[in-house]
Amino acid sequence: MALKTNLYDVSKCTACRGCIIACKDWNQLPAVIEPFKGNYCTHEDTNGDTFTIMRFMEYEEDPADDVKWHFLKYQCMHCLDPACMKVCPRHAYTKTDWGATFHDPEKCVGCQYCTYACPFHIPKYRKREDKITKCTLCVERVEAGLTPACTRTCPTGALSFGDRHELLDYAEERVKFLRANGFPNATIYGKLELGGLNKLYILTDTPDKFGLPIDPKVSSTIPAWKDWIQPYVGWLIPLALAGSAFSFVTTRILAGKHEEHAEGGHE
Amino acid sequence: MSPSFGRGAMTNHVVDLKNTDYALIMGSNAAENHPITMKWLTKARLERGAKIIHVDPRFTRTSQIADLYAPLRSGTDIAFLGGMIKYIFDNKRYHKEYVVNYTDASFIVKEGFDFHDGLFSGYDPAKGQYDNSSWDYEVDAEGKFITDPTLEHPRCVFQLMKKHYSRYDIDSVCNITGTPKNKYLQVLDMFTQSSAPNKIGNIMYAMGTTQHTVGTQNVRSYAVIQLLLGNMGRPGGGVNALRGENNVQGSTDQALLFHIIPGYITSPSNSPAHKTLDAFLAKETPKTGFKVNQPKWVVSLLKAWYGDAATPANDFAYHYLPKRDVNKNYSHIAMFEAMHRGEIDGLFIWGGNPVVGGPHANKEQEAMCNLKWLVAADLWLTESADFWTYQAWERPASETKVKKRTPADIKTEVFFLPAAAVYEKEGTAANTGRWVQYRGKAAEPVGDSRPDLWFIYEIGKRIQAAYANSKDPKDEPIKNMTWGPYGSDHEPDVVEVGLEMNGYYVDDPRKPVPGFPKLAADGSTACGNWIYCGQMTTKANGDLDYKPMWRDNKDNSKTGLGLYSNWAWCWPVNRRVLYNRCSVQPDGVTPWPGDEKRQLIGWALDKWVGDDVPDFNTSLAPDAPGGINPFIMRPEGKGCLFAAKGSTKDGPFPEHYEPWESPFPNLMSKQDKNPAVKVWEPDKQATPDKYPIIGTTYRVVEHWQTGALTRNLPWLAELMPDMFVEMSEQLAKIKGIRNGDKVIITTIRGDVEAVACVTKRFKPFVVGGRTVHQIGTVWHFGFKGYAKGDPANRLTPHIGDANTMIPEYKAWLCDVRRA
Repeated sequence: MALKTNLYDVSKCTACRGCIIACKDWNQLPAVIEPFKGNYCTHEDTNGDTFTIMRFMEYEEDPADDVKWHFLKYQCMHCLDPACMKVCPRHAYTKTDWGATFHDPEKCVGCQYCTYACPFHIPKYRKREDKITKCTLCVERVEAGLTPACTRTCPTGALSFGDRHELLDYAEERVKFLRANGFPNATIYGKLELGGLNKLYILTDTPDKFGLPIDPKVSSTIPAWKDWIQPYVGWLIPLALAGSAFSFVTTRILAGKHEEHAEGGHE
Repeated sequence: MSPSFGRGAMTNHVVDLKNTDYALIMGSNAAENHPITMKWLTKARLERGAKIIHVDPRFTRTSQIADLYAPLRSGTDIAFLGGMIKYIFDNKRYHKEYVVNYTDASFIVKEGFDFHDGLFSGYDPAKGQYDNSSWDYEVDAEGKFITDPTLEHPRCVFQLMKKHYSRYDIDSVCNITGTPKNKYLQVLDMFTQSSAPNKIGNIMYAMGTTQHTVGTQNVRSYAVIQLLLGNMGRPGGGVNALRGENNVQGSTDQALLFHIIPGYITSPSNSPAHKTLDAFLAKETPKTGFKVNQPKWVVSLLKAWYGDAATPANDFAYHYLPKRDVNKNYSHIAMFEAMHRGEIDGLFIWGGNPVVGGPHANKEQEAMCNLKWLVAADLWLTESADFWTYQAWERPASETKVKKRTPADIKTEVFFLPAAAVYEKEGTAANTGRWVQYRGKAAEPVGDSRPDLWFIYEIGKRIQAAYANSKDPKDEPIKNMTWGPYGSDHEPDVVEVGLEMNGYYVDDPRKPVPGFPKLAADGSTACGNWIYCGQMTTKANGDLDYKPMWRDNKDNSKTGLGLYSNWAWCWPVNRRVLYNRCSVQPDGVTPWPGDEKRQLIGWALDKWVGDDVPDFNTSLAPDAPGGINPFIMRPEGKGCLFAAKGSTKDGPFPEHYEPWESPFPNLMSKQDKNPAVKVWEPDKQATPDKYPIIGTTYRVVEHWQTGALTRNLPWLAELMPDMFVEMSEQLAKIKGIRNGDKVIITTIRGDVEAVACVTKRFKPFVVGGRTVHQIGTVWHFGFKGYAKGDPANRLTPHIGDANTMIPEYKAWLCDVRRA
């Protein structure tokens, strides 16, 4: 099956943040109301109850010229070769045949290896369930023939959804046009990065101006983990977990005893 | 816009934005407050290579999407635009053929009209008003306007205008507005390129334009520019008032204003000239233009309101109509001033929230304490419904200007009507582009909440019941008022209300009048609002067919102009682009050179035809008298560069004056402020020595108006959780404020607390050789809901525009410090 993906064109985005609300609505995510910190971007990062955010970044290169205010929708990139999937000890991650990186909360043990392995630090821990959460690319909507909730709601058409190769063809044309019309650094993001992302971006400037890593890298230990440790010593993990559980319990017991002893002591 | 074109409404529509070549967005943050406009503008840019220009004191989300951004100091729009008018004259960037034929440029103005040092002829300093009889055209013995098509007569409008704006040279303008000269020149050059016959530009504006003491004249400046550039009445053009909320257009159409009755007809007053129906009609009906039909509209309205009690013998019950005191003003500010003086006993607040949204909100909250009773209808208990609580009187510790009250001090009895949300009721709303769209009910109302229509209908019924047995003649207007039943007596049917609005034949009340040309002045038709006449028809089976329900999602334009004429219905008579006679050359046949695709109508041997409904007498040949008068609602028949007597209270040409509170004297003339403005609180005018910073208010996309709806929705509260104030890095440095600090904004009227948002997007202005700072704050916040904050309107002044009385929310003086 052909890869299906989102294309996000920053040159059309007005940062209305309708995508965030549509995402929260579809996924029934509760509001996380934090104080205003002096930036329109009230979310500094995605979190367990916020799968997609809008970043706002101000730049001023030449004081005689306009300031630039960059907007960027930021969420799971659905990497074609996802690091989260490699490191997950419980195989909670799978790749759908059309390119979504799907996370199954049933299998997740909340170890958060994926959060640290992800070059974009996307998977986030939801404490109340002891699980990881992230953007699903609206798997259930797409497989029912709909577009993702964010795309459906976007008023300006900055978000579109379709076959990856078709969107890439369109993006190439669009970038050519932007480069000729005031945005010499315009570029596509997601075509080649990390072997390809299943979220595509049309940027009006270099990726770093949007807070994206120019050359994202997966930690060099991860392929070793995936290719060697998991296949050959993966069976150790349940043992290791059991061991750590055992040690946790014994520590608690000892600590409890220690506390008893400590009562009236000097510690 | 009414003084310029004849109607006060967005001339084009939202989808039409895709047909533009140049969009000038000024006094509007369209990307945030009208997000859907950006769908069509970005389409125009993608498909036509359109250029988007944004002019605003602050770099906003709209500026980021624009191709060109230029800053200006709040309240200096006329200087900015006056310079553009001069540029148009100097560089011959006007569309001459259009200007000669479709505007009043060639009309000769009477001798006696004059302008000197900021004042037009006829000013009475004692009254603070103009006698505008000298602002008039010359007419011949038959009453026809005298013209000079060569545009060379020294007293023709064209020459007078050229002379008036000769003072607005680029350096003087930039010295007032604080706009960098290179940016200003780029804007001038780019937008005036739309004067080419095959190029069309549009101007989009909103409250940043109107909420000034010169608000009407700001809009007039747009009108003048668009007429000079030949951009009116053509697809992709127009002066497009973006309405602040859905159905604001509907609310003015239905006359939720004191100076008009439905259909933009002047409301009757107690002046002798309005004593009888005949006198009223004689006074208010012009001799020329389409408005000569006004008696038909007024009589049909009286028939709709008073039914059988309205007869030719009793002047169609004209004496029933309440008459306003001609010397009184009943606008928002004036009403709250009267309430503050204790002259008003009761108040209905319907979907409003003056404690958050009213100017000088501290005073308006105080005024409400003088009420005996208050009825508030809303989805939640708003700040205004709870104005009497302890919470409502909490203020920053430094506040000394407000006398705090407690619930024990306030005797007002408050009633709350729980209103159903928009998705819990059916009805229609007129959008910014005048499309009246029906929407069904998606869910049952929560609890015992009801649609507004139900409340108002019940109140009317119960008032009538209370007076049913009265013998007092003064109660007759209540007893004889027609009041349904609209369908079942229990739940009023919106289609039945729609029929009354549309109009029906008195001898056959189920038969809709097909359009306002069929309305009659003899009492044979009844019509609740003549501009909505034509929205109702009958299906083949005889059932009513309510056109706002039409949902044909096909563009009927052969050249892809996006008219969608069978999607909903728009007034007047479903014309999607107003004044569309201008989309073709005067001969009625030839398109403007190079612009064949954007011709909307044309003369076909014996009548006007086209994809859009002609905004013109369909049988009037182009070479007949009046055949090239596209602005049918104006007595002149032309687009008015000159606003003749009776049109405005503050001048026939827009002239720059400073806002009521400004750090600068007027650098253009000796007249600092708009001379025709009524000052309500002379003691509450701040001076720049104590309050040196310019303040303004605005909205963000995440919240809506006073936030009564959005601050109660957790997801939206999450996106914009607190009241904040934006300021430049330079000002923050001077004041020792860091991003995210709590700060106090203080004005002569009150103090509020806010979180500082220190940004590169605000820059200090250099004006008259001196640096001045501007801050901006959002007015969505109040003390209720998930997202709380001080109402910004505790800062804004109680003063309004000379014509419309819209408050000057956009420019005032303040100071700011760390909390």
